[in-house]
Amino acid sequence: MKNKVSIFLVIIFLSFCFVIFYKGLNNPNTYSPKIMDKKNIPIFEAKDFNSSSYLNSEKIFEEDTFYIINIWASWCVPCRTEHPLLMKLSKNQSVKLIGLNYKDNLNNAKKFINELGNPYSQIIIDNDGTLSIEFGAYGVPETFIIDKNKMIIRKFIGPINQEILEQIQLIVK
Amino acid sequence: MKTLKIFLIVFLFMSFSELKADKNSDELKSKILKNIRCLICQGQSVYDSESEFAFSIKLIVDRKINEGLKEEQIYEFLREKYGNWIVYNPQFNKNTYILWLLPLLFFLAGGAIIYRKTSNKNEK
Repeated sequence: MKNKVSIFLVIIFLSFCFVIFYKGLNNPNTYSPKIMDKKNIPIFEAKDFNSSSYLNSEKIFEEDTFYIINIWASWCVPCRTEHPLLMKLSKNQSVKLIGLNYKDNLNNAKKFINELGNPYSQIIIDNDGTLSIEFGAYGVPETFIIDKNKMIIRKFIGPINQEILEQIQLIVK
Repeated sequence: MKTLKIFLIVFLFMSFSELKADKNSDELKSKILKNIRCLICQGQSVYDSESEFAFSIKLIVDRKINEGLKEEQIYEFLREKYGNWIVYNPQFNKNTYILWLLPLLFFLAGGAIIYRKTSNKNEK
């Protein structure tokens, strides 16, 4: 009887281990931060792309509208692929696009905009990447939706595609 | 002459204390960076990583230390931005209590088995 109980306990223990490892092996082993958490926008001061003067976050997000922050760089290949979609999005009147130029050479960035068009109502410069960290980004491109209460309500890691564009249009409607 | 000596001693003391302060903040910075996971080269700490992300995190941590934030406040700032996973040392919460309590449970169960075995032997 005692032996049977021990065998039963061992089987239970092994099954428990099996379930844990099976679940663990099926999970993707690369971590990406949550994309649905609501967060306040950071308070910051950043250099303006066109005038080189400094702007603060209050001034940038002063209007009562949805904002999209798009982190981009001229050296980033996926940024090139998402750019036509951003141009499309810029025609939407209920949203303002803010570009955050990440660790870029200013001349190259200007060439990029001249060549592909400017979808942004404002571009700010993040030379050392610290402003992107304040937003919770960890690469380029990344896109954040900011609602009228000045909360980050959604973020998209990687380039925008048609499906994401439709999602954004639906959220800012 | 005496005043000059006193002035020199005070000056030396002040410069050493500044050095010590710098050393302390450097140690704190290394400690924090070793406890933060790089999200680009996952499996490496920010301290060891050479990625752009790690470079920016190093600048942010340096800035936060200079602003006077404590170690735990800096972790909290990063947790808020990237979630609990960014810090190597997980906090005790509803998602991690099994992780923290299971080893303790195994230790107690093992201890109990050993105790029973040895007390049975003594009885025999």
